[in-house]
Amino acid sequence: MIVFLIRRSFQSLIVLLVMSFVIYGLIGLMPGDPVDLMISADPDITSQDAARLRTLYGLDQPLWSRYVHWLGSALSGDFGYSRLYAQPVWDAIIPALSNTLILLISSLALALAIALPAGVFAATRPYSLSDYGINLAAFAGISMPPFWLGILLILLFSVVLGWLPAGGTAAASGSEGVWNHIKFLILPIASLTIAGIGGHTRYMRASMIETLRQDYIRTARAKGLSESRVVLGHALRNAMIPVVTVIALDLGVLFSGALITETVFAYPGMGKLIYDAIMGNDYNLALVTLLLATALTLIGNLLADVAYAVLDPRISYTKDA
Amino acid sequence: MTRTLQTRLKRCLHMAAFFALGLMLQTATALAKDLVIGITQYPSTFHPNIDSMLAKSYVHGLTRRPVTVTDADWTLQCMLCTSLPTLENGGAVLEKTPDGKDGIAVTYRLQKDAVWADGVPVSVDDVIFTWEVGKHPQSGVASAEGYRRILSIDRIDDKIFTLHVDRRTFDYNDLSSLNLLPAHIERDKFNDPAAYRTQTTFDTAPTTLGLYMGPYVMTKVETGSFMVFEKNPRWWGKAPAFDKITVRVIENTATLEANLLSGSIDMIAGELGLNVDQALAFEQRHSDRFHVQFNPGLIYEHIDLMLDNPILADRRVRQALMYALDRKVISERLFGGKQPVADTGVNPLDWVYADDVPRYPHDLRKAAELLDAAGWTRRGNEVRKNAAGAPLRFTLMTTAGNRTRELVQQVLQSQWKAAGIEVRINNEPARVFFGETVTKRKFEAMAMFAWISAPESVPRTTLHSEEIPTEANNWSGQNYTGYKNPDLDKILETIELELDRRKRKAMWRELQHIYATELPALPLYFRANPFIMPPWLAGIRPTGHQYPTTLWVEEWAVKK
Repeated sequence: MIVFLIRRSFQSLIVLLVMSFVIYGLIGLMPGDPVDLMISADPDITSQDAARLRTLYGLDQPLWSRYVHWLGSALSGDFGYSRLYAQPVWDAIIPALSNTLILLISSLALALAIALPAGVFAATRPYSLSDYGINLAAFAGISMPPFWLGILLILLFSVVLGWLPAGGTAAASGSEGVWNHIKFLILPIASLTIAGIGGHTRYMRASMIETLRQDYIRTARAKGLSESRVVLGHALRNAMIPVVTVIALDLGVLFSGALITETVFAYPGMGKLIYDAIMGNDYNLALVTLLLATALTLIGNLLADVAYAVLDPRISYTKDA
Repeated sequence: MTRTLQTRLKRCLHMAAFFALGLMLQTATALAKDLVIGITQYPSTFHPNIDSMLAKSYVHGLTRRPVTVTDADWTLQCMLCTSLPTLENGGAVLEKTPDGKDGIAVTYRLQKDAVWADGVPVSVDDVIFTWEVGKHPQSGVASAEGYRRILSIDRIDDKIFTLHVDRRTFDYNDLSSLNLLPAHIERDKFNDPAAYRTQTTFDTAPTTLGLYMGPYVMTKVETGSFMVFEKNPRWWGKAPAFDKITVRVIENTATLEANLLSGSIDMIAGELGLNVDQALAFEQRHSDRFHVQFNPGLIYEHIDLMLDNPILADRRVRQALMYALDRKVISERLFGGKQPVADTGVNPLDWVYADDVPRYPHDLRKAAELLDAAGWTRRGNEVRKNAAGAPLRFTLMTTAGNRTRELVQQVLQSQWKAAGIEVRINNEPARVFFGETVTKRKFEAMAMFAWISAPESVPRTTLHSEEIPTEANNWSGQNYTGYKNPDLDKILETIELELDRRKRKAMWRELQHIYATELPALPLYFRANPFIMPPWLAGIRPTGHQYPTTLWVEEWAVKK
């Protein structure tokens, strides 16, 4: 297993290096540069100023040269400066990342806490009234556009009832205390949770139905085990394998944020940061945030592989297997 | 009911009324102490001179004061200086530059009580340091032309200085763009000029007291989310009404509106808030709770025409395009008449505006005559064609996702169709549209966007023939239409140097006449800023130009 982990880590590093080049190239090939954006905001910038700024920001250099320069700095620990937020890129990323983690881990945990039991429950009563009910709710959650759901929640709980803040963070309102922080998180978490429950319920249900058809389940039942023992003790572990893959892939999404929800709730997270960095031609910030999301997707995959081995002893990553 | 019981009840009622009154007073006091403003943009830097951004100007209006400013009446006034130097009062003197050209010396006296919030007096040292930073090619200051024009600065004493400028321009005494930097804080950071833009205290420690000398200081900031401002203990002017002002950044306008309705914010800034159509809808629904004020400004919406296109190179076609449009109907039906129709890029509120320029009222007959004369004839209701049978067809481009522009675009398309002109819509995301299509002149016929201007702003960068972007000049310049007119070039070169207001007004009139006759671009309307305010807030006076309302925050108050 250790050899496997080392090998996969090395492969991941190579993927990251290639991705850094691809992302840098793609951002560099996008129309316009930061100076063009400055000019569109300030008609007083003269041709002389534009040329000076391009030299100052290194934009007069070819793309490969800029990439090599960036890579050299990055390897020495300097990931550059965000032009959009006027601070080192990590200073811009860390607060956004912590906000996103609080938001997305809470909503993922909540969604899983509801979706997994609901999926199992539906799978053990296939095509029953309760299965249809759970499926209907799951499809409703999947189909509901996040921006619409977000606005609806704001209108109901903030504007009409006045129970919860319409968006932002507790710090913006000047309020302190844990409850105040929670108050600001309830609506965005609810919005993401509702959207997340549907998908995970469907995955869990499908996987569990498939597992319950296996021969060893029939054997377990024939042995006279209780239905709960069969489902929870025998079927669930195997049914979780495909679900774990989906959850592990969600890890990368966790770090890249939830752009629409963050925008609707004016929540300063990673989704908004990445979007602004790309649209604002902030090369350094866009590159580091996208690489971070890539790295965490790779880590998520690695964790999924490890989880397979834990869940299913038949899976082994040793050479002899 | 006995008399005693009645008396007790009365007492209870009096006490209840007293407590209710007390509660109301307490609420009013609480309201008077804090104000929360919603805006849609976060400043990319807090450094006053690196980059130009409306969000930054808005928040710095609370914390800083420029040397001079154009006020809400569009008149140049002193803010940090004591009186405006002019040629008439001797504050400005004509002189020759060391190389024998016409120059000017302008002397300013800074307010004697003006101090930075850490107690250090605002002085000529700050003026000289700001100039040194501004003119340094590596400092990162985007628009450096104003600094380069200053040849030297004489320090008369701590508060008086004379600028020696290399040319005599009509705005010789306008120092609005010289945003002073605190030398006592920033000088050390400028030791390495190339690293200055990443090390400036404005961005590394923006809550440092000494960066500010306005009525408020920034006390808290969360990147991309909000900024908190509290009273400057050393503010030397009129005391502002609010103890604390929070500026929250909410980019989504629907969320911004919901925050206002739920009471999370008190007002939406007109400078960076809702569009006019959104504000009109808001006003219809909530005029009982909020006061909506529409203020026309200097944002000029227009359609740049590609004059390299042989069809559009014909002036008659350009004029016919204008006659075929009913811009008055667009203004009234889509914007409730709040966004006035533009004749040229010069706003009617500007003193240089000429009211006798050629105008293009909706006239389909005139449009037809001009197009017939240009060889574009029409059979029945078909699209006009030329002798070779080619249709009169254009592509109209703008920023995709801009709801207002896309709506206007559809109306324009249908109005032109009535004149036998076919217009196809092809929109692009803003960064592609501005980053490539417009700046590299890749639009085939029409590009709809806006210019943000200033009072008496000479449109050299957008109209002079030397400002046409080409590959050879690395796509610099903003004359995207490719307009060339030697007469206009001459006016653009000389108008800035003409000090006589009467003569300058005549030049401006000629400039507007050429523009309105030649139509390198089709003028549409001037955008209005909708200010959405609670009924208890008074004293906000929209300016309509680039200087935000926050520069007069000490006039804001709670209505009694």
